[in-house]
Amino acid sequence: MDAQRFFSGRTSFTDIHPAKLVVVIFLLAYPTFTSDFFTYQIGAYSLILGTIALSLMMLAGYGGMVSLAQMTVAGLAGYLVAILGVNSVGVMGLGWPWWVTVPVAILAAALFSAFVGAISVRTEGIYTIMITLAIAVAFFYFVRQNYVLFNGFTGYAGVEPPTLFGIYWRDPVPFYYLSLAVAAGFYAAVLYTSRATFGLSLQAIRDNPRRMSALGYNVTLHRIVAYLFAGVIAGTAGVLMVWFNGRISPGSVGVAVVIDILVIAVVGGMRHPSGPFLGAIAFVLLENFAIDLIDRERFNTVIGLAFLLVVLFSPDGLLGLWERIRRRIRFRRPTPAQAGHTQPADRYNADPLERT
Amino acid sequence: MRQFIERHTFWAIVILLAAAVFLWMIFAIWPEWLITALGRKKTFVSTILNGVTLGGLYFLVASGFTLVFGLMRNVNLAHGSMYLLGAYVGYEVAEASGSWFLGLTVAFVAIALSGVLLQVLIFRRMEGDELRQTLVTIGISIIAADLMLAIWTGTTYQFSPPEWLFGAAELPVVSVIKSSGDPVYIKYPVYRLTVLGVAVVVGIALWMFLNRTRIGMMIRAGVNDREMLAASGVNVQLVFALVFAIGAGLAGFAGVVGGTALSIAPGEDIRYLLASLIVVIVGGLGSVTGAAIGALLIGLAEQIGLAYFPTYGVVLTFLIMVVTLALRPQGLMGGR
Repeated sequence: MDAQRFFSGRTSFTDIHPAKLVVVIFLLAYPTFTSDFFTYQIGAYSLILGTIALSLMMLAGYGGMVSLAQMTVAGLAGYLVAILGVNSVGVMGLGWPWWVTVPVAILAAALFSAFVGAISVRTEGIYTIMITLAIAVAFFYFVRQNYVLFNGFTGYAGVEPPTLFGIYWRDPVPFYYLSLAVAAGFYAAVLYTSRATFGLSLQAIRDNPRRMSALGYNVTLHRIVAYLFAGVIAGTAGVLMVWFNGRISPGSVGVAVVIDILVIAVVGGMRHPSGPFLGAIAFVLLENFAIDLIDRERFNTVIGLAFLLVVLFSPDGLLGLWERIRRRIRFRRPTPAQAGHTQPADRYNADPLERT
Repeated sequence: MRQFIERHTFWAIVILLAAAVFLWMIFAIWPEWLITALGRKKTFVSTILNGVTLGGLYFLVASGFTLVFGLMRNVNLAHGSMYLLGAYVGYEVAEASGSWFLGLTVAFVAIALSGVLLQVLIFRRMEGDELRQTLVTIGISIIAADLMLAIWTGTTYQFSPPEWLFGAAELPVVSVIKSSGDPVYIKYPVYRLTVLGVAVVVGIALWMFLNRTRIGMMIRAGVNDREMLAASGVNVQLVFALVFAIGAGLAGFAGVVGGTALSIAPGEDIRYLLASLIVVIVGGLGSVTGAAIGALLIGLAEQIGLAYFPTYGVVLTFLIMVVTLALRPQGLMGGR
């Protein structure tokens, strides 16, 4: 199904591919047939991680800007919820109500993301990774050494989601549906943006910034707006993340976590918004069940190896692997609609990073 | 130099004045008002010296990083891991043999070899695909950090360098005049001065190698135009392997030198990766001179931040990066 048609209002129910219906029903019914552990620790956690990775996928896949600062943006939102709202540590905790803290946190995260974008878009290509990684690591060291605002090494604990409509939102089932709603909303938004004028020009800028610039498009502005949008996504997911964990510390924005987000996006695939969620599910399952196979301590080796294998042998991730398998089974050339909907007819399409 | 003074007379005067004030602050005995404003002179001088020596260390790490990028356009994010691995290997060898210098040599050679292996086995296969190369280096650094944690655990290790490197040297800088009239000279650890000396020597050697030898000429030609160099009959792959060996080897070398000055512990890889990243972003990717300037700036900024506003120290480093990117995105010495 084509995103453009879907949003044009001319879609009827029967146009939807049955596989997609099955996925939607599965996601909606998921908590009814699983335990609390699977609903909360696997389901909701995958959705949150997937949403953060989605913001990276949007920047990298459509904009050609691989930003490693997305987890930092999410972490900033999480920290702000703890600082402006209520926490149990006794530092900061201004006690603002949730309907103020949450929008402020998300807005601040979006502005921070736009700022990161503004710094890094003036340089191109591989510099983006370096600059955003430097920002992410600097932020980690900053929150660790700053006790006045960020409570240093300990960070914040006791951050609670609000109780609303008589529901305590950290209970597994409500929290799962909250995460699902956020994830689905942003998934649809990203899918829509990718076909909207803004998304199309962003993809054109990825493929050839100089040509777009010559055509009169403001390349820098498009990129910064993309960062702003990605910041909204990551910031919202960051708020969910701090509610999920109930606490936040420098470890939540450390290099390992920052890179985990990249791993999730790359393993899932950066061609389509469903990639990050696939990657997140694979990551969370591996994180929870790799202990049965190997020592828990060596989880990073496993995840690193998986990442390395994907990068070496299937650069477009699990999605690309799936496409290839499907192509082989059908024994025929895929029609453009099947091959994924965002492939420019350019030879650069395999490379989300534009040439320097 | 002369051209610069003629072109930017105003800035030349400002720089000269700043240098004069700085020299005065180092050598003069501070009057009361300055002590109330900045604290004791001893703190100031050791902060500056710490900054400069740290800059020397950063230069050792970052020069290899920038050299590899300059030629191969390969951002080696596993550079920090190479630093840490070099430190551990050097430590093991130094402990087993009792010779610190043997540890230093083995660390250089071992990490250089690992660099060549990486280049030949992995990066060569995906030449020109920068993003994939970078992702691969990230994957390698995850695995390397985890395996090093498994082998050497989370313990902090301390080198034992030769006796004569220990101790403190008296500098010809007076901090205060005692009431009896005797001047008090500032003392500084010999080892840290040695680090600075080593960095300067390595820097000069690297410059000579790049500018005065045949291979250096090939490398510079490769930085400008890789295809043309290959077309003129040079075995580019050999040059690549050599540069990777030098770059990685320097990281290992710096691991032992830096590990002796501070200590070896998990997490140091990230610290030096961050330092290398910021140094080359500020200095300009691919430029060894830029790396030297960037390293000095970042080293000073970090130490001054640590001494004078401890909880916001990182912000200073970060600001330098942001300002550089805003004014000169290609870095101070960057070519493009």
